Amino acid sequence: MPTFGTAQLKLLEKLTNVIAVSGDEGEVRKIVLEEIKPYTDDVQVDAMGNVLATRSGRGAKRIRVMVDAHMDEVGFMIVADDTEGIYRFETVGGIDVRYLVGKQVFVGRERTRGVIGGKPVHLMENDERTRKVPLDTLRIDLGPSGKAKIGDRAGFATQFRRVGPSMMAKSIDDRIGIATLIELLKHAPSNIDLCAAFTVQEEIGLRGAKVAAQYFEPDMAIAVDSTPANDLPVYDGGENMSYNTKLGFGPAIYIADSSTLHDSRLVRFLQETAEAGKIPYQFRQPGGGGTNSGAIQKALTGIPTVSVSVPHRYTHSPVSISRVDDWKNTINLLHAALKKIKPSLIATR
Amino acid sequence: MTDILPFLKSMISVSGLSGHETPIAKIIREKWDTLVDETSISRVGSLHGLKMGSGKSPRPSIMIATHMDAIGMMVSKITDGFLHITNVGGIDVRVLPGAEVTVHASSGDELRGVIVMPAAKLLPEEAGSGALEIHYLLVDTGLTLRAVEKKVRVGDLVSFANEPIELAGDVISGHTLDNRASVAALTVCLEELQNKSHVWDVWAVATVQEETSYLGAYSSAFALRPQIAIAVDGTFAKGPGANGWQTHPLGKGVGLCIGPNMHPFLHTKLKDLADKLEIPWFMDVTPSHSGTDAYPMQTTAEGIPTALVEYPLRYMHTPVEIVAVKDIQRVGRLLAEFIASLEADFVEKIIWE
Repeated sequence: MPTFGTAQLKLLEKLTNVIAVSGDEGEVRKIVLEEIKPYTDDVQVDAMGNVLATRSGRGAKRIRVMVDAHMDEVGFMIVADDTEGIYRFETVGGIDVRYLVGKQVFVGRERTRGVIGGKPVHLMENDERTRKVPLDTLRIDLGPSGKAKIGDRAGFATQFRRVGPSMMAKSIDDRIGIATLIELLKHAPSNIDLCAAFTVQEEIGLRGAKVAAQYFEPDMAIAVDSTPANDLPVYDGGENMSYNTKLGFGPAIYIADSSTLHDSRLVRFLQETAEAGKIPYQFRQPGGGGTNSGAIQKALTGIPTVSVSVPHRYTHSPVSISRVDDWKNTINLLHAALKKIKPSLIATR
Repeated sequence: MTDILPFLKSMISVSGLSGHETPIAKIIREKWDTLVDETSISRVGSLHGLKMGSGKSPRPSIMIATHMDAIGMMVSKITDGFLHITNVGGIDVRVLPGAEVTVHASSGDELRGVIVMPAAKLLPEEAGSGALEIHYLLVDTGLTLRAVEKKVRVGDLVSFANEPIELAGDVISGHTLDNRASVAALTVCLEELQNKSHVWDVWAVATVQEETSYLGAYSSAFALRPQIAIAVDGTFAKGPGANGWQTHPLGKGVGLCIGPNMHPFLHTKLKDLADKLEIPWFMDVTPSHSGTDAYPMQTTAEGIPTALVEYPLRYMHTPVEIVAVKDIQRVGRLLAEFIASLEADFVEKIIWE
């Protein structure tokens, strides 16, 4: 059974404090390779930058189970030099530009400090104050003698923090999945061959997961991600009917999203595992959004796939919030499930 | 010249929203106590530091006003453990989503929080997809509903929490540099005056509530009745989105303002002195109201000849304002030299035409 405490939180802190914008996942890859080394039989870094680790079980009748989490996060790329330390940038992945004005950022592998400023409110025309700030008017400012290279990636400078029962950090989506996979590799049960895919470029189209699934040729797969919890009050005091998930209610099991109808055998299996182990869980409200399961399920001749997420509030923003217990219960649920997997689980529909 | 940066940074890390300046006043007072003859707190909370001149009593006095209050937010309502907020001073709502804040809770706790936008599904259609009005935004502390209800009350203050950072090229970025950078400049001035003789008494004043009502400058000017007054504040630095006639290059010198709030004679004197000392300066103009403590001081009592000295500040009223350290030092040095240059009969020389 995996233990859960300071070591796991420290690992997540390390993972969320580094920046790994889609296509430039090196900082996370480095941490992953270092952490998993003692616990794998084979590790490959493939042509796209995915880290593909296998830990084989023992005995006959083992099936290959792929677990997936994406290393990349949404962020920025420097695209033009306006001189005097001021740079134009584009967003990478889905970021609401309303989150950008007035934030500190790190730029490039050297983590050069910078800020995204804004026009002083005093100099605005009236309608400017109520409009969204257009991205093409925003700049990253490194200070008058600051230097960056065109093509450098940048991300929010938010630092991980524990608050009461919660954690505040950037890129909980999906570093919490990465940390979860590392824990699962450390405690891999022997009844299966565990194929851990630390994938790239999820935020810009599930690109890494597709080739990872083709490499592993697994019998089944579980995408481990982090999903929005919109469990905030409704403006008029009415009932919140579209919360997606709620913090504090345990791991969120997917049934359906915009790209995937998750394998019903696996959904039921996870539910039964949670109930048998008295592990809190919730179903993510069926609806839009998606995870790497959308790419994995369609790979090769089709792969039975399910998705489990740790809920977080304020997706793709400078600061997301998750509950420590939800994460712990996610690790426990996944570990308990892996241990129970038998070939019969997916033998018949 | 001593390094003013550590003191400026320590001031940024202390709260002091308009009307609640006690924590920042304490920090400044500790510093000024080493530089002036006496300090006191006005009836409304402004900090007065008196550095006595060498002239014969009764001596004329000059008041230098630097406001120490900061813009921020206040809890207006609590729903299900989430905090609704309203503004204290001129907040730009567009900088709020995703901003990290400190909630100064009634319980005495300083709670970390973040300002968030609820998903569109949870807002009325008229909230729109543009900048969300402040009453739609919430602060999430990550704590349980019960913990929040135990600690936080309506009226509790909420301030920006991001730490100041140094950027390449000798500049500092953070919230509240408007106007703690002025307090830093005045502190540089007081340090310079340690080794200079000056005839006039100097009232170094850190004023309250500039961002809301100019309460501090009005009341301190009335209480101290200086013969002349100088306000120190930030002006708009050139930068992304700010290139009009109101803007000036960052790190390239001191702003000397003209307009109806400023006495032209004092302006000319400052200008000539800056030229003589080879302190780079630029002309700033305010056609009607300078929006600074210069206005209330000028119109206090029988009227006080007033000047406005400025440093360029980029991204004003955002949590990532930028100031060049050099400009702060230049303002401090110019103030000190100006004070040292005041002869006993300077007031009589102030003329219109």
